Amino acid sequence: MSEEKKTFGYYPGCELRNRVKGLDLSARRACRALGIRLKELKDWTCCGGLVPQVKDNYMGFLAPARILVEAHAQGFDELMTLCTFCFNTLRRAAFFLQGHAEARKRLELFLGVEGLPRVKVIHLLEVLRDHVGLDRLRESVQRPLKGLRVAPYYGCLLLRPAQEIKLDNPEAPTLIEVILEALGCEVTDFSSKTDCCGSYHIVTNGQVAGQCSDLILRSAVKSKADMLVAMCPLCQFNLDWRQKQTRTAPLPVVYFPQLLALALGEPVDTLGVAEPAATALSALGSPT
Amino acid sequence: MARQESLAVVKEPETPAEETARIHIMGKSYVVPAGLTILKAMEYAGYRLVRGVGCRGGFCGACATVYRKAGDFRLYVGLACQTGIADGMYLTQIPFYPAPKPLYDIHRLSAGGETIFRFFPEVARCIQCNTCTKVCPQGLDVMRYIAAAQQGDFKRVAELSFDCIACGLCVSRCPGEIAHYHVGLLARRLYAAHLTPKAIHLRTRLGEIQEGRFSKEVETFCKMDRQSLQRLYAQRAIEPEEEVALPGKSNSDED
Repeated sequence: MSEEKKTFGYYPGCELRNRVKGLDLSARRACRALGIRLKELKDWTCCGGLVPQVKDNYMGFLAPARILVEAHAQGFDELMTLCTFCFNTLRRAAFFLQGHAEARKRLELFLGVEGLPRVKVIHLLEVLRDHVGLDRLRESVQRPLKGLRVAPYYGCLLLRPAQEIKLDNPEAPTLIEVILEALGCEVTDFSSKTDCCGSYHIVTNGQVAGQCSDLILRSAVKSKADMLVAMCPLCQFNLDWRQKQTRTAPLPVVYFPQLLALALGEPVDTLGVAEPAATALSALGSPT
Repeated sequence: MARQESLAVVKEPETPAEETARIHIMGKSYVVPAGLTILKAMEYAGYRLVRGVGCRGGFCGACATVYRKAGDFRLYVGLACQTGIADGMYLTQIPFYPAPKPLYDIHRLSAGGETIFRFFPEVARCIQCNTCTKVCPQGLDVMRYIAAAQQGDFKRVAELSFDCIACGLCVSRCPGEIAHYHVGLLARRLYAAHLTPKAIHLRTRLGEIQEGRFSKEVETFCKMDRQSLQRLYAQRAIEPEEEVALPGKSNSDED
Protein backbone atom coordinates (compact mmCIF):
# COMPACT_ATOMS: atom_id res chain seq x y z
CA MET A 1 0.00 0.00 0.00
CA SER A 2 1.55 3.26 -1.09
CA GLU A 3 1.37 6.19 1.32
CA GLU A 4 0.39 8.78 -1.30
CA LYS A 5 -3.21 9.92 -1.23
CA LYS A 6 -5.39 7.97 -3.61
CA THR A 7 -8.08 9.95 -5.41
CA PHE A 8 -11.34 8.43 -6.58
CA GLY A 9 -14.13 9.92 -8.61
CA TYR A 10 -17.18 9.96 -6.37
CA TYR A 11 -20.82 9.67 -7.40
CA PRO A 12 -23.13 10.31 -4.39
CA GLY A 13 -26.57 9.83 -6.01
CA CYS A 14 -29.81 11.71 -5.47
CA GLU A 15 -31.00 10.03 -2.26
CA LEU A 16 -27.76 11.01 -0.55
CA ARG A 17 -28.50 14.63 -1.39
CA ASN A 18 -31.98 14.51 0.07
CA ARG A 19 -33.16 11.94 2.54
CA VAL A 20 -29.98 10.16 3.60
CA LYS A 21 -27.37 12.90 3.89
CA GLY A 22 -25.76 10.96 6.74
CA LEU A 23 -24.68 8.17 4.39
CA ASP A 24 -22.77 10.64 2.23
CA LEU A 25 -21.42 12.67 5.13
CA SER A 26 -20.11 9.70 7.11
CA ALA A 27 -18.45 8.11 4.06
CA ARG A 28 -16.69 11.38 3.23
CA ARG A 29 -15.43 11.68 6.80
CA ALA A 30 -14.32 8.06 6.90
CA CYS A 31 -12.43 8.37 3.62
CA ARG A 32 -10.74 11.54 4.74
CA ALA A 33 -9.64 9.81 7.94
CA LEU A 34 -8.15 7.02 5.83
CA GLY A 35 -6.32 9.40 3.50
CA ILE A 36 -8.58 8.68 0.54
CA ARG A 37 -9.50 11.71 -1.50
CA LEU A 38 -12.99 11.68 -2.99
CA LYS A 39 -13.58 14.07 -5.85
CA GLU A 40 -17.25 14.48 -6.55
CA LEU A 41 -18.29 14.31 -10.17
CA LYS A 42 -19.23 17.77 -11.38
CA ASP A 43 -22.93 18.45 -12.06
CA TRP A 44 -23.80 14.75 -11.98
CA THR A 45 -27.23 13.51 -13.02
CA CYS A 46 -29.43 10.64 -11.78
CA CYS A 47 -28.02 7.14 -12.41
CA GLY A 48 -31.37 5.92 -13.71
CA GLY A 49 -32.20 3.90 -10.61
CA LEU A 50 -32.19 0.51 -12.30
CA VAL A 51 -30.75 -1.00 -15.46
CA PRO A 52 -33.38 -2.00 -18.02
CA GLN A 53 -34.44 -5.61 -17.79
CA VAL A 54 -34.91 -5.64 -21.57
CA LYS A 55 -31.51 -5.25 -23.08
CA ASP A 56 -32.55 -3.49 -26.27
CA ASN A 57 -34.10 -0.68 -24.26
CA TYR A 58 -31.18 1.55 -25.13
CA MET A 59 -32.83 4.68 -23.77
CA GLY A 60 -32.74 3.12 -20.32
CA PHE A 61 -28.96 2.84 -20.52
CA LEU A 62 -28.52 6.53 -21.31
CA ALA A 63 -28.45 7.71 -17.71
CA PRO A 64 -25.68 5.38 -16.47
CA ALA A 65 -23.77 5.61 -19.78
CA ARG A 66 -23.74 9.40 -19.50
CA ILE A 67 -22.27 9.22 -16.00
CA LEU A 68 -19.51 6.85 -17.18
CA VAL A 69 -18.70 9.17 -20.10
CA GLU A 70 -18.52 12.18 -17.81
CA ALA A 71 -16.46 10.40 -15.17
CA HIS A 72 -13.92 9.56 -17.86
CA ALA A 73 -14.00 13.11 -19.29
CA GLN A 74 -13.32 14.44 -15.80
CA GLY A 75 -10.28 12.20 -15.51
CA PHE A 76 -11.53 9.22 -13.52
CA ASP A 77 -10.98 5.58 -14.46
CA GLU A 78 -12.57 4.46 -11.21
CA LEU A 79 -15.82 5.83 -9.90
CA MET A 80 -16.86 5.14 -6.32
CA THR A 81 -20.50 4.96 -5.23
CA LEU A 82 -22.26 4.24 -1.96
CA CYS A 83 -25.96 3.84 -2.60
CA THR A 84 -26.69 0.22 -3.49
CA PHE A 85 -29.06 1.23 -6.30
CA CYS A 86 -26.54 3.58 -7.90
CA PHE A 87 -23.78 0.98 -7.51
CA ASN A 88 -25.89 -1.79 -9.02
CA THR A 89 -27.09 0.37 -11.90
CA LEU A 90 -23.72 1.83 -12.83
CA ARG A 91 -21.78 -1.42 -12.40
CA ARG A 92 -24.30 -3.46 -14.41
CA ALA A 93 -24.53 -0.83 -17.11
CA ALA A 94 -20.73 -0.74 -17.43
CA PHE A 95 -20.68 -4.55 -17.62
CA PHE A 96 -23.46 -4.66 -20.20
CA LEU A 97 -22.01 -1.97 -22.42
CA GLN A 98 -18.64 -3.70 -22.57
CA GLY A 99 -20.27 -6.82 -23.94
CA HIS A 100 -22.80 -5.30 -26.37
CA ALA A 101 -21.33 -3.60 -29.41
CA GLU A 102 -24.71 -2.73 -30.88
CA ALA A 103 -25.90 -0.96 -27.73
CA ARG A 104 -22.56 0.78 -27.44
CA LYS A 105 -22.75 2.03 -31.03
CA ARG A 106 -26.26 3.42 -30.63
CA LEU A 107 -25.51 5.12 -27.34
CA GLU A 108 -22.33 6.63 -28.77
CA LEU A 109 -24.33 8.06 -31.68
CA PHE A 110 -26.98 9.46 -29.41
CA LEU A 111 -24.54 10.88 -26.86
CA GLY A 112 -22.30 12.23 -29.61
CA VAL A 113 -19.15 10.62 -28.25
CA GLU A 114 -16.51 8.52 -29.94
CA GLY A 115 -16.22 5.30 -28.00
CA LEU A 116 -17.78 4.69 -24.60
CA PRO A 117 -14.96 4.72 -22.06
CA ARG A 118 -14.18 1.86 -19.73
CA VAL A 119 -14.76 3.24 -16.28
CA LYS A 120 -14.59 0.88 -13.32
CA VAL A 121 -17.51 1.36 -10.94
CA ILE A 122 -16.48 0.49 -7.40
CA HIS A 123 -18.06 0.44 -3.98
CA LEU A 124 -16.66 1.88 -0.78
CA LEU A 125 -16.40 -1.71 0.48
CA GLU A 126 -13.99 -2.50 -2.37
CA VAL A 127 -11.96 0.61 -1.69
CA LEU A 128 -11.55 -0.60 1.88
CA ARG A 129 -10.72 -4.17 0.86
CA ASP A 130 -8.50 -3.50 -2.15
CA HIS A 131 -6.92 -0.08 -1.61
CA VAL A 132 -6.79 0.32 2.15
CA GLY A 133 -6.56 -3.30 3.22
CA LEU A 134 -7.72 -4.84 6.48
CA ASP A 135 -4.36 -4.40 8.21
CA ARG A 136 -4.18 -0.67 7.65
CA LEU A 137 -7.86 -0.34 8.49
CA ARG A 138 -7.26 -2.11 11.81
CA GLU A 139 -4.35 0.22 12.52
CA SER A 140 -6.48 3.28 11.71
CA VAL A 141 -9.18 2.47 14.24
CA GLN A 142 -9.29 5.16 16.94
CA ARG A 143 -12.36 3.98 18.76
CA PRO A 144 -12.73 0.20 18.58
CA LEU A 145 -16.43 -0.66 18.52
CA LYS A 146 -15.93 -3.27 21.25
CA GLY A 147 -19.02 -4.84 22.65
CA LEU A 148 -21.25 -3.68 19.80
CA ARG A 149 -23.18 -6.61 18.32
CA VAL A 150 -24.19 -5.87 14.76
CA ALA A 151 -26.19 -7.76 12.15
CA PRO A 152 -24.63 -7.07 8.72
CA TYR A 153 -27.37 -6.70 6.11
CA TYR A 154 -26.42 -6.84 2.42
CA GLY A 155 -29.82 -7.05 0.72
CA CYS A 156 -30.07 -7.99 -2.95
CA LEU A 157 -28.60 -5.40 -5.24
CA LEU A 158 -25.23 -5.07 -3.57
CA LEU A 159 -24.44 -8.67 -4.54
CA ARG A 160 -26.73 -9.70 -7.39
CA PRO A 161 -26.67 -10.65 -10.18
CA ALA A 162 -23.36 -12.08 -8.98
CA GLN A 163 -21.86 -12.72 -12.43
CA GLU A 164 -22.23 -9.02 -13.24
CA ILE A 165 -21.56 -7.44 -9.84
CA LYS A 166 -18.72 -9.76 -8.74
CA LEU A 167 -18.45 -8.22 -5.28
CA ASP A 168 -18.73 -11.26 -3.06
CA ASN A 169 -20.44 -14.63 -2.78
CA PRO A 170 -24.14 -13.79 -3.29
CA GLU A 171 -25.38 -16.52 -0.91
CA ALA A 172 -22.78 -16.36 1.84
CA PRO A 173 -20.98 -13.02 1.65
CA THR A 174 -18.40 -12.08 4.28
CA LEU A 175 -17.04 -8.75 3.07
CA ILE A 176 -18.98 -6.50 5.46
CA GLU A 177 -18.33 -8.95 8.33
CA VAL A 178 -14.55 -8.91 8.00
CA ILE A 179 -14.48 -5.14 7.80
CA LEU A 180 -16.80 -4.71 10.79
CA GLU A 181 -14.65 -7.13 12.76
CA ALA A 182 -11.60 -5.08 11.86
CA LEU A 183 -13.42 -2.13 13.43
CA GLY A 184 -13.87 -4.12 16.62
CA CYS A 185 -17.54 -5.04 16.24
CA GLU A 186 -18.94 -8.38 17.15
CA VAL A 187 -20.79 -9.61 14.06
CA THR A 188 -23.81 -11.82 14.59
CA ASP A 189 -24.66 -14.85 12.52
CA PHE A 190 -27.66 -13.51 10.71
CA SER A 191 -29.37 -15.86 8.29
CA SER A 192 -31.45 -13.21 6.43
CA LYS A 193 -28.52 -11.04 5.48
CA THR A 194 -29.01 -11.45 1.74
CA ASP A 195 -32.82 -11.53 1.74
CA CYS A 196 -34.91 -8.92 -0.02
CA CYS A 197 -36.37 -6.05 2.05
CA GLY A 198 -39.39 -5.78 -0.26
CA SER A 199 -37.80 -3.02 -2.30
CA TYR A 200 -40.23 -1.10 -4.53
CA HIS A 201 -43.19 -3.14 -3.31
CA ILE A 202 -43.32 -0.49 -0.60
CA VAL A 203 -44.92 1.81 -3.18
CA THR A 204 -47.71 -0.43 -4.46
CA ASN A 205 -47.98 -3.28 -1.99
CA GLY A 206 -46.88 -2.34 1.50
CA GLN A 207 -47.98 -5.70 2.89
CA VAL A 208 -45.47 -7.58 0.76
CA ALA A 209 -42.69 -5.17 1.70
CA GLY A 210 -43.72 -5.46 5.35
CA GLN A 211 -43.55 -9.25 5.30
CA CYS A 212 -40.09 -9.19 3.71
CA SER A 213 -38.82 -6.65 6.23
CA ASP A 214 -40.33 -8.63 9.13
CA LEU A 215 -38.31 -11.73 8.25
CA ILE A 216 -35.08 -9.74 8.17
CA LEU A 217 -35.80 -7.89 11.41
CA ARG A 218 -36.81 -11.08 13.24
CA SER A 219 -33.70 -12.86 12.05
CA ALA A 220 -31.50 -9.96 13.19
CA VAL A 221 -33.19 -9.77 16.60
CA LYS A 222 -32.85 -13.54 16.99
CA SER A 223 -29.12 -13.24 16.37
CA LYS A 224 -29.06 -10.95 19.46
CA ALA A 225 -27.79 -7.98 17.49
CA ASP A 226 -27.79 -4.50 19.07
CA MET A 227 -28.30 -2.94 15.67
CA LEU A 228 -28.60 -3.74 12.01
CA VAL A 229 -26.03 -2.39 9.55
CA ALA A 230 -27.47 -1.38 6.19
CA MET A 231 -25.88 -0.18 3.00
CA CYS A 232 -28.92 0.73 0.89
CA PRO A 233 -31.23 3.74 1.44
CA LEU A 234 -34.30 1.79 0.30
CA CYS A 235 -33.55 -1.18 2.61
CA GLN A 236 -33.13 1.22 5.51
CA PHE A 237 -36.37 2.98 4.63
CA ASN A 238 -38.34 -0.26 4.40
CA LEU A 239 -36.94 -1.69 7.63
CA ASP A 240 -37.58 1.49 9.61
CA TRP A 241 -41.01 1.96 8.05
CA ARG A 242 -41.99 -1.56 9.06
CA GLN A 243 -40.78 -1.02 12.62
CA LYS A 244 -42.82 2.16 12.90
CA GLN A 245 -45.85 0.36 11.52
CA THR A 246 -45.66 -2.61 13.91
CA ARG A 247 -44.65 -0.41 16.86
CA THR A 248 -42.26 -3.01 18.18
CA ALA A 249 -39.26 -1.95 20.24
CA PRO A 250 -37.13 -0.88 17.28
CA LEU A 251 -33.88 -2.50 16.28
CA PRO A 252 -31.70 0.50 15.39
CA VAL A 253 -30.66 0.61 11.73
CA VAL A 254 -27.34 2.28 11.00
CA TYR A 255 -25.48 2.79 7.73
CA PHE A 256 -22.18 0.99 7.32
CA PRO A 257 -20.10 4.16 6.70
CA GLN A 258 -21.48 5.66 9.91
CA LEU A 259 -19.96 2.80 11.95
CA LEU A 260 -16.78 3.04 9.90
CA ALA A 261 -16.38 6.77 10.51
CA LEU A 262 -17.20 6.34 14.18
CA ALA A 263 -14.51 3.67 14.59
CA LEU A 264 -12.04 5.94 12.81
CA GLY A 265 -12.60 8.53 15.52
CA GLU A 266 -15.19 10.82 13.97
CA PRO A 267 -17.68 12.27 16.50
CA VAL A 268 -21.04 10.51 16.35
CA ASP A 269 -23.01 13.77 16.12
CA THR A 270 -21.28 14.68 12.83
CA LEU A 271 -22.36 11.52 11.01
CA GLY A 272 -26.06 12.15 10.50
CA VAL A 273 -27.08 9.06 12.47
CA ALA A 274 -30.84 8.85 13.00
CA GLU A 275 -32.52 7.76 16.23
CA PRO A 276 -32.57 5.31 17.92
CA ALA A 277 -29.13 4.37 16.57
CA ALA A 278 -27.68 7.77 17.52
CA THR A 279 -28.37 7.27 21.24
CA ALA A 280 -27.06 3.71 21.16
CA LEU A 281 -23.83 4.81 19.47
CA SER A 282 -23.35 7.84 21.72
CA ALA A 283 -23.16 5.41 24.63
CA LEU A 284 -19.94 3.97 23.18
CA GLY A 285 -17.94 6.90 24.51
CA SER A 286 -14.99 8.89 23.18
CA PRO A 287 -12.02 7.65 21.15
CA THR A 288 -9.29 6.05 23.21
CA MET B 1 -37.32 21.08 -55.69
CA ALA B 2 -36.01 23.57 -53.22
CA ARG B 3 -34.84 20.75 -50.95
CA GLN B 4 -32.21 19.80 -53.50
CA GLU B 5 -30.65 23.25 -53.55
CA SER B 6 -27.68 24.09 -51.42
CA LEU B 7 -28.23 25.98 -48.17
CA ALA B 8 -28.50 29.72 -48.62
CA VAL B 9 -26.54 31.75 -46.11
CA VAL B 10 -28.77 33.98 -44.00
CA LYS B 11 -28.08 37.51 -45.21
CA GLU B 12 -28.09 40.73 -43.25
CA PRO B 13 -31.26 42.85 -43.58
CA GLU B 14 -29.63 45.12 -46.21
CA THR B 15 -29.80 42.29 -48.77
CA PRO B 16 -31.43 43.53 -52.00
CA ALA B 17 -35.13 42.71 -52.09
CA GLU B 18 -34.83 40.67 -55.29
CA GLU B 19 -32.96 37.92 -53.45
CA THR B 20 -35.55 35.45 -52.24
CA ALA B 21 -35.77 32.24 -50.27
CA ARG B 22 -38.28 29.43 -50.42
CA ILE B 23 -39.50 28.36 -47.02
CA HIS B 24 -42.18 25.92 -45.93
CA ILE B 25 -44.52 27.04 -43.17
CA MET B 26 -46.55 24.14 -41.77
CA GLY B 27 -45.98 22.26 -45.00
CA LYS B 28 -46.98 25.06 -47.35
CA SER B 29 -44.39 26.64 -49.58
CA TYR B 30 -43.74 30.41 -49.74
CA VAL B 31 -41.20 32.58 -51.53
CA VAL B 32 -40.13 35.42 -49.25
CA PRO B 33 -37.34 37.99 -49.32
CA ALA B 34 -34.10 36.52 -48.06
CA GLY B 35 -32.73 37.92 -44.83
CA LEU B 36 -35.98 38.13 -42.91
CA THR B 37 -36.48 36.66 -39.49
CA ILE B 38 -38.91 33.76 -39.28
CA LEU B 39 -41.48 36.04 -37.67
CA LYS B 40 -41.23 38.67 -40.43
CA ALA B 41 -41.28 35.96 -43.09
CA MET B 42 -44.50 34.53 -41.67
CA GLU B 43 -46.10 37.95 -41.69
CA TYR B 44 -44.81 38.55 -45.23
CA ALA B 45 -46.44 35.25 -46.24
CA GLY B 46 -49.76 36.55 -44.93
CA TYR B 47 -49.98 35.14 -41.42
CA ARG B 48 -51.59 37.48 -38.93
CA LEU B 49 -50.06 36.41 -35.63
CA VAL B 50 -52.22 36.69 -32.56
CA ARG B 51 -50.50 34.03 -30.45
CA GLY B 52 -46.92 33.00 -31.04
CA VAL B 53 -45.72 36.58 -31.00
CA GLY B 54 -44.93 38.92 -28.15
CA CYS B 55 -42.04 41.23 -27.41
CA ARG B 56 -40.28 40.75 -30.78
CA GLY B 57 -37.06 41.22 -28.85
CA GLY B 58 -36.08 37.70 -27.82
CA PHE B 59 -37.24 37.94 -24.22
CA CYS B 60 -40.82 36.80 -23.84
CA GLY B 61 -40.58 33.25 -25.20
CA ALA B 62 -43.89 33.39 -27.06
CA CYS B 63 -42.56 32.66 -30.56
CA ALA B 64 -40.78 29.34 -30.09
CA THR B 65 -40.31 27.70 -33.47
CA VAL B 66 -39.03 24.33 -34.60
CA TYR B 67 -37.53 23.88 -38.04
CA ARG B 68 -35.46 21.70 -40.24
CA LYS B 69 -32.98 22.73 -42.91
CA ALA B 70 -32.88 21.25 -46.39
CA GLY B 71 -30.90 18.00 -46.43
CA ASP B 72 -30.36 17.89 -42.65
CA PHE B 73 -32.03 15.36 -40.35
CA ARG B 74 -31.59 17.47 -37.25
CA LEU B 75 -34.41 19.35 -35.59
CA TYR B 76 -33.52 22.96 -34.93
CA VAL B 77 -35.22 25.45 -32.64
CA GLY B 78 -35.24 29.18 -32.29
CA LEU B 79 -37.31 32.17 -31.38
CA ALA B 80 -39.07 33.31 -34.55
CA CYS B 81 -38.23 36.94 -33.81
CA GLN B 82 -34.52 36.17 -33.46
CA THR B 83 -33.85 33.53 -36.10
CA GLY B 84 -33.14 34.28 -39.73
CA ILE B 85 -34.74 32.19 -42.45
CA ALA B 86 -32.73 30.06 -44.85
CA ASP B 87 -33.66 28.68 -48.23
CA GLY B 88 -35.37 25.32 -47.91
CA MET B 89 -36.32 25.78 -44.26
CA TYR B 90 -39.28 23.76 -42.97
CA LEU B 91 -40.85 25.29 -39.92
CA THR B 92 -43.75 25.52 -37.57
CA GLN B 93 -44.38 27.53 -34.44
CA ILE B 94 -45.07 26.06 -31.03
CA PRO B 95 -46.70 29.08 -29.40
CA PHE B 96 -47.90 27.08 -26.42
CA TYR B 97 -47.37 23.60 -25.07
CA PRO B 98 -49.60 22.14 -22.33
CA ALA B 99 -47.81 21.79 -19.00
CA PRO B 100 -49.26 21.18 -15.51
CA LYS B 101 -49.07 24.31 -13.41
CA PRO B 102 -49.60 23.62 -9.70
CA LEU B 103 -50.75 26.23 -7.23
CA TYR B 104 -48.78 26.62 -4.03
CA ASP B 105 -48.03 29.07 -1.26
CA ILE B 106 -44.26 29.30 -1.48
CA HIS B 107 -43.91 30.35 2.17
CA ARG B 108 -45.60 27.16 3.36
CA LEU B 109 -43.26 24.84 1.46
CA SER B 110 -40.03 23.33 2.70
CA ALA B 111 -36.91 24.01 0.65
CA GLY B 112 -35.94 20.38 0.02
CA GLY B 113 -36.00 17.97 -2.90
CA GLU B 114 -39.20 16.37 -1.55
CA THR B 115 -41.13 19.54 -2.45
CA ILE B 116 -40.15 19.11 -6.10
CA PHE B 117 -41.39 15.49 -6.08
CA ARG B 118 -44.59 16.48 -4.31
CA PHE B 119 -45.63 18.82 -7.11
CA PHE B 120 -43.78 17.22 -10.00
CA PRO B 121 -43.44 13.46 -9.33
CA GLU B 122 -42.73 13.02 -13.06
CA VAL B 123 -39.27 14.50 -12.47
CA ALA B 124 -38.31 10.97 -11.39
CA ARG B 125 -38.99 9.85 -14.96
CA CYS B 126 -36.01 11.75 -16.34
CA ILE B 127 -33.76 9.30 -18.19
CA GLN B 128 -30.99 11.85 -18.77
CA CYS B 129 -31.50 11.82 -22.55
CA ASN B 130 -30.59 15.52 -22.62
CA THR B 131 -33.15 16.25 -25.34
CA CYS B 132 -34.42 19.22 -23.32
CA THR B 133 -30.95 20.77 -23.38
CA LYS B 134 -30.58 20.20 -27.10
CA VAL B 135 -33.91 21.89 -27.80
CA CYS B 136 -33.50 24.95 -25.56
CA PRO B 137 -33.34 28.14 -27.66
CA GLN B 138 -31.69 29.90 -24.73
CA GLY B 139 -28.86 27.37 -24.67
CA LEU B 140 -29.57 26.39 -21.05
CA ASP B 141 -28.40 23.12 -19.55
CA VAL B 142 -31.98 22.04 -18.85
CA MET B 143 -31.19 18.41 -18.00
CA ARG B 144 -28.73 19.51 -15.34
CA TYR B 145 -31.11 21.94 -13.71
CA ILE B 146 -33.67 19.16 -13.49
CA ALA B 147 -30.97 16.95 -11.91
CA ALA B 148 -30.12 19.72 -9.44
CA ALA B 149 -33.84 20.04 -8.61
CA GLN B 150 -34.00 16.29 -7.94
CA GLN B 151 -31.10 16.71 -5.56
CA GLY B 152 -32.73 19.67 -3.80
CA ASP B 153 -29.86 21.94 -4.88
CA PHE B 154 -31.99 25.01 -5.62
CA LYS B 155 -29.07 27.39 -5.78
CA ARG B 156 -27.70 25.41 -8.70
CA VAL B 157 -31.15 25.30 -10.34
CA ALA B 158 -31.38 29.08 -10.00
CA GLU B 159 -27.96 29.53 -11.59
CA LEU B 160 -28.62 27.13 -14.45
CA SER B 161 -32.20 28.14 -15.22
CA PHE B 162 -32.05 31.89 -14.67
CA ASP B 163 -32.35 32.78 -18.37
CA CYS B 164 -35.37 30.51 -18.97
CA ILE B 165 -38.10 32.29 -20.95
CA ALA B 166 -40.67 29.51 -20.46
CA CYS B 167 -41.12 28.93 -24.19
CA GLY B 168 -42.02 25.30 -23.51
CA LEU B 169 -39.87 23.63 -26.19
CA CYS B 170 -38.23 21.41 -23.55
CA VAL B 171 -41.69 20.24 -22.48
CA SER B 172 -42.62 19.43 -26.07
CA ARG B 173 -39.71 17.02 -26.49
CA CYS B 174 -39.40 15.32 -23.09
CA PRO B 175 -39.95 11.54 -23.15
CA GLY B 176 -40.56 11.72 -19.38
CA GLU B 177 -43.34 14.32 -19.87
CA ILE B 178 -41.69 16.71 -17.42
CA ALA B 179 -42.71 20.38 -17.34
CA HIS B 180 -39.16 21.64 -16.92
CA TYR B 181 -39.81 25.35 -16.79
CA HIS B 182 -42.40 25.01 -14.02
CA VAL B 183 -39.92 22.88 -12.05
CA GLY B 184 -37.26 25.56 -12.54
CA LEU B 185 -39.69 28.27 -11.49
CA LEU B 186 -40.65 26.44 -8.28
CA ALA B 187 -36.98 25.83 -7.46
CA ARG B 188 -36.05 29.47 -8.04
CA ARG B 189 -38.96 30.60 -5.89
CA LEU B 190 -37.95 28.20 -3.10
CA TYR B 191 -34.41 29.49 -3.34
CA ALA B 192 -35.51 33.12 -3.18
CA ALA B 193 -38.09 32.63 -0.43
CA HIS B 194 -36.16 30.31 1.87
CA LEU B 195 -32.46 30.19 1.09
CA THR B 196 -31.25 33.65 0.11
CA PRO B 197 -30.40 36.14 2.83
CA LYS B 198 -33.27 38.37 3.83
CA ALA B 199 -32.94 42.09 3.09
CA ILE B 200 -33.07 43.51 6.58
CA HIS B 201 -32.81 47.14 5.44
CA LEU B 202 -35.91 46.63 3.27
CA ARG B 203 -37.90 45.31 6.20
CA THR B 204 -36.77 48.28 8.31
CA ARG B 205 -37.74 50.79 5.64
CA LEU B 206 -41.14 49.17 5.07
CA GLY B 207 -41.75 49.41 8.79
CA GLU B 208 -40.89 53.11 8.72
CA ILE B 209 -43.29 53.67 5.85
CA GLN B 210 -46.04 51.82 7.67
CA GLU B 211 -45.46 53.89 10.80
CA GLY B 212 -46.09 56.97 8.69
CA ARG B 213 -42.61 58.43 8.89
CA PHE B 214 -42.79 59.69 5.29
CA SER B 215 -46.54 60.40 5.06
CA LYS B 216 -46.18 64.14 5.52
CA GLU B 217 -43.62 64.50 2.69
CA VAL B 218 -45.70 62.36 0.34
CA GLU B 219 -48.69 64.54 1.04
CA THR B 220 -46.66 67.67 0.27
CA PHE B 221 -45.40 66.14 -3.02
CA CYS B 222 -48.93 65.24 -4.04
CA LYS B 223 -50.01 68.85 -3.74
CA MET B 224 -46.99 70.27 -5.61
CA ASP B 225 -47.18 71.48 -9.21
CA ARG B 226 -45.18 69.72 -11.92
CA GLN B 227 -42.44 72.34 -12.23
CA SER B 228 -41.66 72.43 -8.54
CA LEU B 229 -41.53 68.66 -8.49
CA GLN B 230 -39.10 68.61 -11.41
CA ARG B 231 -36.90 71.20 -9.71
CA LEU B 232 -36.85 69.22 -6.50
CA TYR B 233 -36.01 66.07 -8.39
CA ALA B 234 -33.08 67.74 -10.15
CA GLN B 235 -31.76 69.06 -6.84
CA ARG B 236 -32.07 65.81 -4.96
CA ALA B 237 -29.06 64.57 -3.04
CA ILE B 238 -27.58 61.41 -4.48
CA GLU B 239 -26.10 59.25 -1.78
CA PRO B 240 -22.70 57.69 -2.36
CA GLU B 241 -22.91 53.94 -2.78
CA GLU B 242 -22.35 52.15 0.45
CA GLU B 243 -21.62 48.57 1.24
CA VAL B 244 -24.74 47.16 2.78
CA ALA B 245 -23.95 44.54 5.37
CA LEU B 246 -25.83 41.34 4.66
CA PRO B 247 -26.50 38.68 7.28
CA GLY B 248 -23.63 36.23 7.43
CA LYS B 249 -25.47 33.00 6.83
CA SER B 250 -28.37 32.03 4.64
CA ASN B 251 -31.67 32.38 6.39
CA SER B 252 -33.83 29.30 6.15
CA ASP B 253 -37.23 29.46 7.80
CA GLU B 254 -38.18 25.86 7.20
CA ASP B 255 -35.95 22.89 6.82
